Amino acid sequence: MFRRLHDAGGQSVTIDFEGDALQVGAQETVAAALMAAGAGHSRTTPVSGAPRLPFCMMGVCFDCLVEIDGVPNKQACMETVREGMKIRRQDGKRRLDP
Amino acid sequence: MSETVDLLIIGGGPAGLAAAVEADGLGLSVLLLDEQTEPGGQIYRGIESVHPDTLTVLRDDYAQGASLAEAFRRSGSTYRPGATVWRVDEDGSVAYSQDGKGATATGKRVLVATGALERPMPIPGWTLPGVMSAGGAQVLLKSAGMVPSGRVAVAGCGPLALLITQQLISAGANVVALLETTRAGDYLSATPHLFGALSAGSYLRKGRRMRRDIKRADVPIHSGVSDLAAIGEGTLSAVAFSRDGARTELAVDTLLLHIGVVPNTQITRQVFCEHEWYAPQRYWRPVRDDWGATSQAQIAVAGDGGGIDGAAAAALHGRLAALDAACRQGKIELAERNRRADPIRYELAGHQAIRPLLDTLFPPPQDLCAPPDDATLVCRCEEISAGDIREAVALGAMGPNQLKAFTRCGMGPCQGRMCGLTVAELVAQAKGESVEDVGYYRIRPPIKPVTMGELAAMADD
Ligand code: FES
Repeated sequence: MFRRLHDAGGQSVTIDFEGDALQVGAQETVAAALMAAGAGHSRTTPVSGAPRLPFCMMGVCFDCLVEIDGVPNKQACMETVREGMKIRRQDGKRRLDP
Repeated sequence: MSETVDLLIIGGGPAGLAAAVEADGLGLSVLLLDEQTEPGGQIYRGIESVHPDTLTVLRDDYAQGASLAEAFRRSGSTYRPGATVWRVDEDGSVAYSQDGKGATATGKRVLVATGALERPMPIPGWTLPGVMSAGGAQVLLKSAGMVPSGRVAVAGCGPLALLITQQLISAGANVVALLETTRAGDYLSATPHLFGALSAGSYLRKGRRMRRDIKRADVPIHSGVSDLAAIGEGTLSAVAFSRDGARTELAVDTLLLHIGVVPNTQITRQVFCEHEWYAPQRYWRPVRDDWGATSQAQIAVAGDGGGIDGAAAAALHGRLAALDAACRQGKIELAERNRRADPIRYELAGHQAIRPLLDTLFPPPQDLCAPPDDATLVCRCEEISAGDIREAVALGAMGPNQLKAFTRCGMGPCQGRMCGLTVAELVAQAKGESVEDVGYYRIRPPIKPVTMGELAAMADD
C-alpha cells in the first residue's frame, strides 16, 4: 500500500494491530502506520459494512475511525503512535462514548 | 480553565503562524490552537521533522515554511498543538478538546485560519481502499516519508495534482499515469505569451515546468479524460476513463484524486458569519473586508479559509489581520496600521494578480461537481448516492438542510465536509436553480465529535 522511504532508525515504537506487532516510526500517525502495514482496511461502514481505509489524512473524512486502547471512534490520522498502543479495526457502528 | 487573550488564532498554517508572529511583535497576547501536533498546517505539514531526503523531493516552496515555523516558535505566542476546536461563539469564546479534555478560552479577537479542504471528487468506487485524496498522499510523504508501494495513478486537475505527481516520481514511486480532467495543459502550452506578460506568470511557468518534468520521467499525461471510475472488489484494482471516445482500464494499486481546494468554512458558518458564492471556482467563502474582518464583530478570517489565494498570500493575509487586531485594541493608531500594511499589500497584489484569470480559465469540471451516474456515492459517511439525492429532490426536498431529514446525507461524523458542495450542486441541477440560491448545510456545534468524557473534564476544572 505505502512504503517508507527511510527506516525509522532508533526512533521506532512497537504497536499492536489486531494482534500483530508492528514496528513503526515514533512520529507517525496511526493512519500512516496502518497504510505502511498494508492493513487492507481499517474499518467497515455502519450502513453497508463496506471496507474503508484512511482517505484524507487530515481529519476531514472520518474514514480512518479505529479503536485505540479500547476507545472506539478515534481518528487514526489525528493520533500519533505510542509504544504499546493497541489498535483494532472498527467494524460497523460503535457507541459514541467510552 | 478559561483564559482570555487579545488574539486567539485557530489554525497553525501559514496564515495563523504569520498572524501570531506579527501580533506578538505588536504587543498582543496570542493563543494559537491547532489540531496538528506541529506547526505548519497542511501545506507545511511536518516541516520541523521532515527527513532531509524528503525535503529535497518536496522542493523550495515547501522549505519556505521552515522560517515561518521558526519565527513562530521564537515568538511569545502560547501554542497549543493537538487542540481540536468544536465550538466558537460570537463573543469570542472558543471551546476545544486537547488530550481528551475539553476547555474554553476567549479571544478579544478571534482569527479563523483553518485553511482549505480538497474539493470532494465523487466518482464511482471512490470509497474503495486504495483510493485516496492526493492531499492525503502528500501528507504521508511530508509527515511520514511514505510513498505508495505499487502502481499509482493521479486523476483530476489543478496545481496540486501536478505537484504530487512530480513529487511522487522524484521520490521513486511507480506512477503509471496522470489523468487530467481538463485540457488545461494543452491550453497553457499553446498560449505562454499571453500569460508571460502578466506579473504573476510564475505560477504558470511552474505548472509548465512540472508537466515537463513528469513527461521527462516517461509518465504519460492523458489530458481531457472523463467518466473516471475506480474499479475493484473490496479493494482497488484498476481505474477506468474515457478519452477521445475510447474507454481505457488501467491496472493500479493506488488512485489519488484531486480537483482543487475550497475554503474550509465550518467555523465561520457555525458562528454565523455571512458567506458569499464565488462563481468562477464554485465555492462559498466568508464575506471579509481588506483586513479579514467578517460580518461578526469579533471574528476575522485569514488565509485560504477566506478564499483560495495560496500559501504565500495566506501569510500576508494573516499579518494584515494581526495589524487590524492590534489597532482595534489600541496598540497602534489607524495611520500606523495602514502604514505598516502598505508593503504587505504591495506583495499581496503580486500573488493575487493572476487569480481571477486562472479561476475563470480553470473552473472545476462540471461532471465532478455534480456526478451524473446515479450510483456514485456522494455522502461517504451515510453512503448516500447521487441517485438518492435526485430522488429526494423529486419527492420534494427543498434544499441541503431538508435533504438531511430525507436521506441523512451530511449527518455522519464528517458533518458534510465531504459532501456539502456536491449535494448543493446536485440540488441546484435537479431544481434548475443556482447553487447560490440552493444554499448550504447549516453547521451546528459541536463541529467535531466531542465525547462525554471531554465535556465532563470541562466541568471538573
Ligand atoms: S483519514 Fe480522513 S479523517 Fe482521518
